[in-house]
Formats: sequence, C-alpha cells, structure tokens
Amino acid sequence: MIIPRVPAQHRRLLPDRRLSGPTPWVIAILMMLTLLAAAAGVGLARSANAIGSAIAGRVTVQIVTANPVTRAEQAAALRRAAAAQPFVLSARAVDREELQATLGQWFGSADGDDPVLNSLPLPALVDIDFVGANRNRQMQELRALVAAEAPGARIIPHAEWLGPVARLIGSLAWIAGGLVLLMTLASAAVVIMTARAALGTHFATIEMLHLIGATDRQITRLFQRRIAIDTAYGIALGSVVAAAILMLVGWQWAGITSGLAATASLGPTGWALLLALPLLAIALAALTARQTLLAALKKIL
Amino acid sequence: MTDAPSPRPGGAMVEFDGVGLRYGPDAEVLCDISFNLQPGSFYFLTGASGAGKTSLLKMLYLAQRPSRGIVRLFGEDLVNMPRQRLPGFRRRIGVVFQDFRLIPHLSARDNIALPLRIAGVSEEDLSGPVGEMLSWIGLGERADAHPATLSGGEQQRVAIARAVIARPQLLVADEPTGNVDPEMAMRLLGLFEALNRLGTTVVVATHDVHLISRIENAQMMRLEKGRLSDPTGALRYPPANRA
Repeated sequence: MIIPRVPAQHRRLLPDRRLSGPTPWVIAILMMLTLLAAAAGVGLARSANAIGSAIAGRVTVQIVTANPVTRAEQAAALRRAAAAQPFVLSARAVDREELQATLGQWFGSADGDDPVLNSLPLPALVDIDFVGANRNRQMQELRALVAAEAPGARIIPHAEWLGPVARLIGSLAWIAGGLVLLMTLASAAVVIMTARAALGTHFATIEMLHLIGATDRQITRLFQRRIAIDTAYGIALGSVVAAAILMLVGWQWAGITSGLAATASLGPTGWALLLALPLLAIALAALTARQTLLAALKKIL
Repeated sequence: MTDAPSPRPGGAMVEFDGVGLRYGPDAEVLCDISFNLQPGSFYFLTGASGAGKTSLLKMLYLAQRPSRGIVRLFGEDLVNMPRQRLPGFRRRIGVVFQDFRLIPHLSARDNIALPLRIAGVSEEDLSGPVGEMLSWIGLGERADAHPATLSGGEQQRVAIARAVIARPQLLVADEPTGNVDPEMAMRLLGLFEALNRLGTTVVVATHDVHLISRIENAQMMRLEKGRLSDPTGALRYPPANRA
C-alpha cells in the first residue's frame, strides 16, 4: 500500500501539524519541472522518430539540364523508369508551380506572377521513396538509372541535410530524459532528508514507542503515511501546474502546421506516461521514506 | 511478532552474569555485574550519582545491550537476540523514567493508554482500565490535560500509570518518587507493592532511605563505581519465591 492505513488513535502519536515544512512545495516544483521535461522529451523523441522515418528512404533527383524542354523530358522519363523499379515505392515529379510557390515564400510573392521568379531557370525535381532498407544497393541502382535517363542529374538523399537536425532533436530528447532522471533523484533525496528530519524531530517519541514495545513496522507506517501524504500534496500541486502549462503550450502549438514543429506531439503513449509519472512519484516517495525510516530505526536498539 | 516466553518454573526472571558495559572507547561504566532477580520479588537499587544505576536499568528495560557478559530475561538470552524479537519482551516490562518522558502532544489519558494501544488493545477494552488508573492517581478530572499543563508530580503519576497499565511482569522505576510529595510517594509505593503482590517483579532505583524501609522483605542492590555489592546476599542466594 502506497499510503499505509494507520488507526486514528495511532495517528495522534505524531503532532497534527505537517511533518515536513517546505517539503510539499519543493516536491511540487520538482514534479512540475519533471513533467515539463518529460513532455519535452517525449515530444522531441516523437519528432526525431517522425523525421527519421520520413527522411530515411527518400531522395530527390535534381535535373539541371539547361534546355527546359529536355529537362522536362528527362524528369518525366526518370519518373516513369523509377516507378517501374521494384526497389522504388513511389516516384513523383515536383510541379514547377509547386517549386515556384515554395520559392515565392522567400521572394515575397507566392502568387506565381512574379516576373523575377518566372524568369528563374528552376531545376526539375523528382522525389523518390525507396522500399526496404538496403540503401547502398538502392542508391547504386538509382545512380545507374539516373545516368541512363538524365545524365548529369544530382541525387540528394534527404538524410544528408535533415539527418543532423534529427540527430540534434534526438539528443535533446535524451537530455530531457536525463533531466527527468535527475529530478526524480532530487525528489527522492528530498524525501530522504524529510524522513531523517522527521526522525530527528520526533526522536524522543520514537524512543518512547520503542521502549513500550512498538515494532519498527508500527513506527515506520506512522511516519511513512504522513510523509506520503505530504509528498502527495506536493505532487498533486506540481502536476496541476504542469498540466496547465502543457495545455497552454499545446493550444498554441496546435496553430503550427508546417515545418519540423508540426512533427512534435505527445501521442497517446506520451500522455499515458505523463499521467503515470505522478503516481510513480508518490509510490517512489513512500518507498523511499519507508526504506529510510527502517534503516534509521535499525540503528536504535 | 513472537511473544516473549515466561521464565521457566523456579528460574530467575532476570539473570546477569559477568556483565560489563562501556560507552565507546571509555572505561567500563559497569563491571562484572552478576545477579539474579526472582519472579515476584521487590528490589531496591541504590548508589551514589554516577555509580551506574541508570545504565544498569537501561539494560534491564532493553534500551542497551551489554558490552560483555550474559543477560537473560524471561529465560531467553538477550545479548544475541535479534532486535525484531525485542518488542515482545518490552511489552512485558514497565518503565518509569526519572524525567517522565511523556509524549508532549498527547493528553494524560492518551499517554497512559499508549502501551495498550501499541499492544493492539481495542478502544472499548482500554477505556475502562485507563479511566480507573486515572482515578487512582487522582487525575480523573485532568484526563485531557497535556503534560505541559501538569505539575511535576502529576506528570510523574501519569508516567507511573503508563508503566503499570499493561500489568507488566517486570517493573523498572528510576527515582519514581523524586518529584512527588511524601503522601503521594507512599501511595505510589503502595501501587508498586500491590503489583508486586500480584506477581510483578519490581526494581526501584532510589536514594530515598525511608522508601526502602517501607517495603518488607525488599532486597537491596548497591552500585559503587560500576560494581555491584550485595548487602543482603539475596542476589546470589535468593530466598524462595514469595509469590
């Protein structure tokens, strides 16, 4: 039992005031930071995974032949030839309008009627997604295909330019996980200090209880219950504040639909983890308090 | 928790053999202590301040293990006994401390009821004995008073009531009458004597010579500089059990 049952008459053996003074507040702050770090870690990990799986099997072939007609013909031929290959999942020629729309965001005109934009010699692009995971062989076969259909074209694996970003996001997720671990250890340390302080404060009572025949278990349950309740107050408060912050951030995040930011979300597993963390924290606090108290009581005859 | 056994018939309730006690690296505060306490007997422990009376009592009420020697209580070796078994023995020992050691945030009633509650006696079953004990010590009207509001003598009476409420087999008292007037001292001594007649072995550490002379057949243990003298010879060659 996380919070042990203690008869009401036995509860009176400890004074009515809370045992641990600032402990619930410190635990509340640590719990809030733990939940925020956990949410950031889960979001970043999911983002890294989403980016990683999106870029792992995708390449773009850039055809820069000077003659626009030849360039378009090469792109169409390459798309057809690639789509017929067993190692290719899909092949898609990127429309000129799509390219212009993308570039238009940088030129300040997304309408497609910008004369400068229209005069630019845009390359033809073919996006190809591979099947399976044998990248070296697939790349070898694609190079041969490109050499045959569009000599001089460049093959750009997406992993080359998005890979470092995915790795950075992955690293940040691990750092967030490390922070969760450190804050969990800090919370356990606070509980240990609280238990020891409680034992020190109430040593005379504990000694008296021992001398009239109280067992370690009876005394431990008394203190464990009080510390677990104090800690639970702190954990509840920290969780409520963290939930409010996460809901606010989530509400603002919902407006972001493009780029890497759109890949970040908690998902059902992430939410389940965040909901489980406060319960795990209460269990950890009660267990830590129990072990600390039992170890301390063993030093008394 | 395993209950402590009773002493074997004819056996001593407490046996000390060659017991020594030292705190840390200092010299022994108790040296070569050997005695037997018989069931149902009454003992006074005397000696000058610093002679080691409180240290000896601490070993009797299981707050201290000896540094050497053999201590047997209720027929069991206590020196090597696992500490998990000690509570069962402690519940059969009543202790009156010189400094009372009442729990300050509990009322007189709750302080007296403490040993029964720890032993798992239900609230219905303990209310009667606790009420009677409060009346007997003259604090029936002050049952809900906290120790801080009681006089020294009243606190001493509550401490004694707490020590005897569970009808212990061994009662250990350290200067139990030091804070009460002579009349109350005699009443308390009368309580100890009554318990003794019911079979409780009583050990009272005191300086009060008048007190010692009041109990018939009481035996005396005298500590001098950590060593036990045996004025009556009764400790090594005990009389027949009076119970």
